[in-house]
Order: sequence, then C-alpha cells, then structure tokens
Amino acid sequence: MTPDDLVIERPEGLYCPPGDFFIDPWRPVERAVITHAHGDHARRGHAHYLASAPSEGVLRARLGDDIALQTLDYGESIEHRGVRLSLHPAGHVLGSAQVRLEHGGRTWVASGDYFVSGAGDDNRTCVPFEPVRCDCFITESTFGLPIYRWQPQREVFADIDAWWRANADAGRASLLMAYSFGKAQRLLAGVDASIGPIVVHGAVDPLNQAYRAAGVALPPTQLASDVTDKASLARALVIAPPSVQGSAWTRRFGDYGDAFASGWMQLRGTRRRRAVDRGFVLSDHADWPGLQRAIAATGAARVIVTHGYEAVMVRWLQEQGLQAGAFHTEYDDERSDAADPGVASDAAADAAAAPGPEPAA
Amino acid sequence: MKRFSRLFAELDATTATSAKVAALQRYFADAAPADAAWAVYFLSGGKPRQVVPTATLRALACERAGISDWLFDECYQAVGDLAETIALVLPAPQHESDVGLADWVEQRLLPLRGLSPAEQAARIAAFWDELDTTGRFLLTKLIGGGFRVGVSKLLVQRALAAHAGLDDKLLAQRMMGWTDAKQTPDAARFAALLAAEGAGGAAPLGQPYPFFLAHAVEGLPSEFDARLGAPGDWLVEWKYDGIRAQVVRRGGQTWIWSRGEELVTERFPEVVALAQEWPDGTVLDGEILVWKSDAPAPFNLLQQRIARKTLTKRVLADAPASFIAYDLLEWQGVDLRARPQRERRALLEAASAGRSMRVSPVEQRDSWAALAALREESRARGVEGFMLKHGQAQYGSGRRKQEGLAGGTWLKWKIDPLSVDAVLVYAQAGHGRRASVYTDYTFAVWSHPPQDAAEAQQVVDAIARREPAQPGALQLVTFAKAYSGLSDGEFAEVDRIIRQTTLEKFGPVRSVRPTLVFELGFEGINASPRHKSGIAVRFPRMLRIRHDKPLHEADSLATLKALMDDGGRRERELSNDGIG
Repeated sequence: MTPDDLVIERPEGLYCPPGDFFIDPWRPVERAVITHAHGDHARRGHAHYLASAPSEGVLRARLGDDIALQTLDYGESIEHRGVRLSLHPAGHVLGSAQVRLEHGGRTWVASGDYFVSGAGDDNRTCVPFEPVRCDCFITESTFGLPIYRWQPQREVFADIDAWWRANADAGRASLLMAYSFGKAQRLLAGVDASIGPIVVHGAVDPLNQAYRAAGVALPPTQLASDVTDKASLARALVIAPPSVQGSAWTRRFGDYGDAFASGWMQLRGTRRRRAVDRGFVLSDHADWPGLQRAIAATGAARVIVTHGYEAVMVRWLQEQGLQAGAFHTEYDDERSDAADPGVASDAAADAAAAPGPEPAA
Repeated sequence: MKRFSRLFAELDATTATSAKVAALQRYFADAAPADAAWAVYFLSGGKPRQVVPTATLRALACERAGISDWLFDECYQAVGDLAETIALVLPAPQHESDVGLADWVEQRLLPLRGLSPAEQAARIAAFWDELDTTGRFLLTKLIGGGFRVGVSKLLVQRALAAHAGLDDKLLAQRMMGWTDAKQTPDAARFAALLAAEGAGGAAPLGQPYPFFLAHAVEGLPSEFDARLGAPGDWLVEWKYDGIRAQVVRRGGQTWIWSRGEELVTERFPEVVALAQEWPDGTVLDGEILVWKSDAPAPFNLLQQRIARKTLTKRVLADAPASFIAYDLLEWQGVDLRARPQRERRALLEAASAGRSMRVSPVEQRDSWAALAALREESRARGVEGFMLKHGQAQYGSGRRKQEGLAGGTWLKWKIDPLSVDAVLVYAQAGHGRRASVYTDYTFAVWSHPPQDAAEAQQVVDAIARREPAQPGALQLVTFAKAYSGLSDGEFAEVDRIIRQTTLEKFGPVRSVRPTLVFELGFEGINASPRHKSGIAVRFPRMLRIRHDKPLHEADSLATLKALMDDGGRRERELSNDGIG
C-alpha cells in the first residue's frame, strides 16, 4: 500500500481517503457508494447512499424507502472532494455497477461483483459488463479457480427447459431453487415460458416487481399462495429461494422434481450435498476465464483481489507479471453452495424482502 | 462410453433407490453384454490394478490445461476428487468418439500397462481429447482404479435380477467374486450371470456364498423380552473384532474370502493349515483374528499383520492368525443356508469335534439382564459385545431381513464406546460430497486438568497469538482424528465456526482458535509411541457436539490414561508380549 492509493482497507470497509467515502462498507458510515443491492454489499445504517439509477428500486425495496439515496446513470460522473466518480455496468444483477474513481491523474476501478459473458451470452436482466480502463483494478474472485468455466448459458437453459418439460409431462411440478434477487429473475427471463405456468415464492415476487418496474421483460408469474387451481401445479415451474428445501412450504406441490441453480453446482460434491435431483450450473459471477479477460481488458498494471480465492488469484496474477495484492473484506466469500452470495445471505435478505405471508424458512 | 456416461449421470442425479435401480435396468437392457459386464464390475466396486501412476495423470493434466502444479493443487483442494479436478481443468475436447466400455478397458486402458511414460501420456492425452467432462471424469476414474458413485453392489444385484427375471439372492450368489480381478469380465460371464435358474453352467470351484450381515440392536435389555422374545430363542455369541471371512474347502483346495470379496488365502497360512483338516465340500463362516495367550488380541495387531507384504517368521510369531468358526454354510457339498441356525450350529459342533479349528462359544443365561451383565466383560475379553442369532434364522444374503422373525435374524449388540470430551484444534476439508466443507477434525485433550476457565482461556489466547507452549505448562495435546458421526446440518454448523475461528492455514489444514468441545467415542485405546500424546484410539468418531461444556471442562490426558488402565490393560499386555 502506498500513501497515494485511492482505495484502502478500513475496519468499516473499503475506503477512499481523498474522497472520504466507503465502497460497500459492512459497518455504518457517513457516505457509502453501493455497487449492488445484494445483502452483503448493501447494508443498512449508512447516513448517505450513492448507487446506480437502475438499482434504486431494488435498493429501496431491500433497505427501505427512507434511505438517503443519490443515484447516477451508468457513465454519468460527479466530483466529490476532488475525486471524479462514475458508475459502470457490472453485468451481475439489475443495477450492479463498477465504481470508477479518478484523482490526481490516477484511475482506480472497484468491481463489486461482476459477470462477463462469453460471446452472445449475456445476462438479459441487466446491462452487460463494460470494461473500464484503469491503473488499478479491484476485482472479486468468487470463482477464481480454473475449475470454474461456465458452459454457454443457452445450453444451461436448454437443460433446464428439458428437465421442466419432462417433469410436466410426468405430471409433477418442477421446484427450481435459486437466490431470490438476481438469479431468480435471470431464470425467469431465460426459460421457455410456453412449457407451463410459472409460480414464485413470496420472497421472489417483490424483486420481480422491481425488475419489471425497471423495464426488464419477465414472463407472467403467479404467487404460490395465490394459486387456487391446484391441478395447474402439475405442469408448473416453481422458483423459490434455497431456504424452502425440506420445509413445509413445499408440501403444496405434492410430488415434485427439485433442482438448484448456482455456479457452485459445477462440483459434484456440492451437487450431492444439496441432495436435489438436478444441479444447474448458472452463475452471476465471472468464471476463471472471465476474470482473466476482465482484468486484462482494464489494462491495469496493479490488481487488488477481494472476496473469494484471493490467495490463488494474487499468486496467479503475479506470475502473469502484474502487481497484485488482496483486500480482506466481509463480503460473502464462502466456498460452498451454502454460502453462494446467491445463497448465504438469503435468509436475511429474504426476510427483508418478503413482508408477505410466505415463510422464508 | 456415452451410454455408460449417461448411466452415471442418471445415477448421480438422484438419491432415490428406485430411480437408481430403474436407470441400471435401462442400461442393462440397452448395453452390449461385454460393456455391461464391465459396468457390473466397476459399479460393484471392482478395481483393476492401476496402470498409470496418479502423478503421471496429474502432471499430464497440468500440461494440457496450461496451469502450474500449485494451481492444480488449489483446484484439487476445492474439488476433493482427482479425476473430477482433471476433468474440469482440461481444455475443451477437439474430437468426439463413441467407443464402448469394454473396448475402452480392453483395447485402450489395459494395454497402457508397460508402455513408456511418454507413450502412456500421449495416448491418455488423446483419450481425454475425445471425451466430454463426464466422459473424462469416468475414464480417469477407471484408470485411477477407484470408482464410487453411490450405487451399492446390492442395487446392482437388484437391477440385474429384475432385468433377468431372477431372484436377488441367486444373483448375489452368482456375483460372488465378480470383482476379484483375477478373471476378466466378459460377455460370456455376463450371460452366465443372467442365465435361467439351473442353467448357466457350474460356478467356479472356489466360489463363496454371499455374506449374511447383522443389524445393530440398541436400547435397554429390559425391553428385549418384548422386542426379541426369550433369550432362549437366540444363540448368543461374542462379537469378535477381526476380519470376517469364509473358508471354502473344495477339490482338495482352500480359499479364504474376506467380506470385501477379496481372496486373502495367501495372507493367512495358519488358517489354510487349519482348513486342511476339513473335508472337501465344506464352507465355514467366521472371523480371522490374531490369537495370543488363548484370547483374541487387539485389532491393531491384525492391522499391522495385514500391512505386511511378506510374512516373515518374525511377523508370524508376533501376530499369529487364527480362525474362529461360527457357522457352517456347506457340509459334504450340500448348501445348508436354508436350514435353521440351531441345526447348522449342531452340525458345526459335531463336525468340528477332533479338529483344531476353534468354534465360537455360545453363552447361555436365563434372562436378558443376566446377559447384559455378562456383556460388561466384553472389553476385558477383547470383544465388541454380543452377536444374537435367532435359532430359526436361515443364513440370508447381505442385510436383507427375514420375514416373521423379531428384528431381523442376526443382531449385533455392541457395548457402548469409550468416550471423552475433547477440543477441536485442526480441521481439514473432506472429499467427495464433503469437498470444500471442513469435516475432518483433529482433537486434543488438556495435558492436565485446568484449574478454572481463566487458566484455559490463557492457553487459548496464547494459541491465538501463535505462542508455542512452555514445556510442562498447561496445553492442549492432540490425540485423535475423526470425521464421522455428525449430521450434514451439524457439519455445516461446525464448518461455519471453523471458518470464523481460523488462525492459520497450512495447505488444506486450518488451525482454529479452540472453542468447540465434542464427545468423542472410540472402541479401544492403546499406548502408542508414534503419537505425540502417547495414546492411540481405535475408530474414533464424534458422538455429539457439547455446546453445554465449557472448554476447561474438557477431559485431560489423565482421563485417557485411566481408560487405558481399565479396559486396555489386557490389550497392552498382549501387544507388548510379542515385542518383549
């Protein structure tokens, strides 16, 4: 660390000294720039929030209407205490942003969580990741191992559709578990809605509404508690958070097939531990080639790695001739399905997002 | 390989037994007999001798993937399975093939043996390049010789039986020795497996019978009258802690089969010598034990004996093996398995008269309470408790229960394990479905009992500061590793705590700030100069998490030594008299 660094570690979170603000802090602070609305990045209790315009709906739905929130369009910049700040698409979830900071001739970018697609394989529910040139890039590393290489998204959706169709033909519901914010909407936007009706859990519904309000096209969905025609469930796709697994909530579906959608499903061990019929490998995070591609595209000579396989990424990047280090953060970096950022904070996040009658657990 | 891949994917995608059996049946209906023969071999646990060293596979995978050794290691630690790691890091295949399983094994894999390392590498690289991820995973498993997919031999037998319209038990009988690797699976042998009853030719001369396995019985002896009936309905024998085995005597030859269906004849010449006294047409079921001073010796002596490649005079003198018979399955060439237990027992006793082989003694008492009292002597006698065999029991197959008899027909009534409260100090991630979850723990006890919570806390604080313990001062002494006994939910909870309390990472191992106390159970305890604590415990496992137990109330070395003095005295005397 040098005194000129634009972002440093503080007990409260990542801190920009010249600008006197934090990025995704985990303790309450005066000024917080929020990369996206997942629970481990967007916490309650900050005095002032700055976030992307498309994230406003979700952020308010999760943190409350009364937060002091200023928004920026992607690419729009403001100056604060001499630091020029702008937000750029990260491709992770609706409204997710990379934070670009410019001060004293240096440019730094903090990625938050991001997803970079292979060719023609974008996450259709948000604006795709946009590489931003910088001197220093702060990158996540959730899937920072060469074993994580995603197959094309269309193939995954073809598998999901085939599974749903086979269940529907056998007269049983398809319970597809996924994180209620981000993954659930991506699934909705990607499946073939002509196969049957789509039913969602009460934790998923408010996020769907926020997505639709932001102009994201999602197929029609019905709340599970609103379903009166039980017979229609036999062909239904049910999207619910992982916390429903084994709970009383699932009894209404009678005999059903179950599946889980997450990047962690890449490993046989995590699939088997989940004890579901199918594990679909679908992640909102960059895979190993994606991380390397994104880092290279920034042109940064220095890279700082956060949450995930920091040590591995740092060593790898150093071998590639880059100046690399790590920040210790308190974002979810657990290496199992139980703690997918798409999963771990689910209980808390869903509790916050689901005022409805549906028990989350 | 594609059809076998699909079978694997189907088996892997479900936890339901019925779905697995259905998938197997579909496979047997589709697959060429030669392919199916190999599938049965692998799925039932068959392992060909490894033709390519693991190190070669690893190095080749690194080279193909363009990653360095350390990065592969990191991947392996996350995946917890070598074949899967290799399958995931390799670049996308450039070719596609559909070679049958039998051709893969016979034409491609087995011929790798004896080739130069360079030629082996070139061929394997080409193999990998024509398979998808699942195909590569399977192929690498086949090469590496370890294949577990959550299918038991029993399920394979059920599916084959259903496919062929035969009785499960007949299939089980025919499959005995199928995985022994001394003969290659082929279409003809597969056809013989499925042949109509009475057809299919004679079984190989040394063929054993499927082992009959016992169910555990627990609860209070006062409930046994209601649950099991009178003790007089049962044969009560001591439960030995050795290697379950069948001795087959036919055509002037002897075969010894372990429960794992492995031929172990050459390993136990003493047992072969005992068997020579028996006539052809005899099959005995019993236990191989190291026998010293007219009593069974601790299992660790037998374990040391198994580990020896060559049986020197010294080994034979230090750990003499014996066989104690407890059932007669075949006599004068007649299969007795359908006869009642008591009748087989009477025949066994009569036949053993005048022969040197020991027969397991039967204990008789008027009540379950009296038997329970006798059972308390188990540890001193070097046994694990009682076996209860119903007088009317047929000799069944596997763990299938027999209709109409109380609680199954063979029951094991084991003594409670020894236990201590120990502190978790190191953790390592598991393999397979426990990959990336910290499930393998190292436990410690106090060097001496702490005075109070404050003194224990000082030790914990010193550990957290990475200060080495002062000689003679209070410290935590590691003595056992355990990785079983908790539910998935409990493992998840402990995993979370381990991540939160990690002090240091040494490769795959984490040291943690000591906070968790577990009740640790084990079967036996022995002095061991190889362990830092001076103590070795047998089959340690976690009985429960003791959230109610503060750290300073965990047990100390003195507790372990007292346990060793009580139950272990005899064991130590026996272990020592071979050396001294």
